[in-house]
Amino acid sequence: MNAEREAAIASSADVVAVRRLVRSAAIEVGLSLIDQTKIITAASELARNALVYAGRGEVRVHVVENGSRRGLKLVVSDEGPGISDVERALTDGWTTGTGLGLGLGGSRRLVDEFDLLSEPGKGTSVTVTKWAR
Amino acid sequence: MERVPILKLGDLLIVSIQVDLDDQTVLALKEDLAEVVVARGARGVIIDISAVEIVDSFTGRMLATIAEMCRMLDAHAVVVGMRPAVAITLVELGLSLGGVRTALNLEKGVALLDHVRGAVP
Ligand SMILES: Nc1ncnc2c1ncn2[C@@H]1O[C@H](COP(=O)(O)OP(=O)(O)OP(=O)(O)O)[C@@H](O)[C@H]1O
Ligand SMILES: [Mg+2]
Repeated sequence: MNAEREAAIASSADVVAVRRLVRSAAIEVGLSLIDQTKIITAASELARNALVYAGRGEVRVHVVENGSRRGLKLVVSDEGPGISDVERALTDGWTTGTGLGLGLGGSRRLVDEFDLLSEPGKGTSVTVTKWAR
Repeated sequence: MERVPILKLGDLLIVSIQVDLDDQTVLALKEDLAEVVVARGARGVIIDISAVEIVDSFTGRMLATIAEMCRMLDAHAVVVGMRPAVAITLVELGLSLGGVRTALNLEKGVALLDHVRGAVP
């Protein structure tokens, strides 16, 4: 099974819509309440980053399987300025904005798999996966 | 954008968040609260987040900002009703909300405010 849903991120209301989309998919996959909360929070951070730093972006939600395990995979991508130093961006407390610099590092801690691809001038794509236990 | 209502009860303000918080709504709540605290001379503000399913770095930071702002306006703020999953997630995210007073529920929040105000007249 590889059901897929997607949503555009162009306003702060869209960030709320992304949380709802991820919640319903997380429930469908059978994530525990705590794991639902974690992946929704990560999705909220990544969607806000796309909105704030790139102006807009999109999220794709996939239900994935590995043997008998099911999981939720999210791809949050944008065509914004990209990140020149990914390691630094993942460091807690590092920010070029007005936030706390916790979004990326925190999201990485909240999920099981985290993959950040970024090319300066082209955009950023973050893929995260949370597996049902 | 939705607006979060602010209930007035004596010298207390009670904010019960029942909507999915988008960033604009949170910012508006901060500004509305600053005005109402001053206009009413409120001494305590209780923010009930028992219906809130997720608190991310933006909302968390705003709760801390609201608490700090209340202190500067001579009021005490208490956040009540945080869900266990939200607390676990916030700690993992790296947001400890050190400067924010919390209580398990509304009743305990009111008691905490009474105590705080009794101790610091
Ligand atoms: N999609 C993106 N496009 C371009 N730059 C980004 C993107 N996401 C993050 N960054 C860069 O990485 C930095 C760290 O991001 P992170 O989400 O960790 O913190 P923040 O957004 O600055 O603050 P917080 O998320 O705590 O409110 C940002 O300040 C920004 O410079
Ligand atoms: Mg961020």
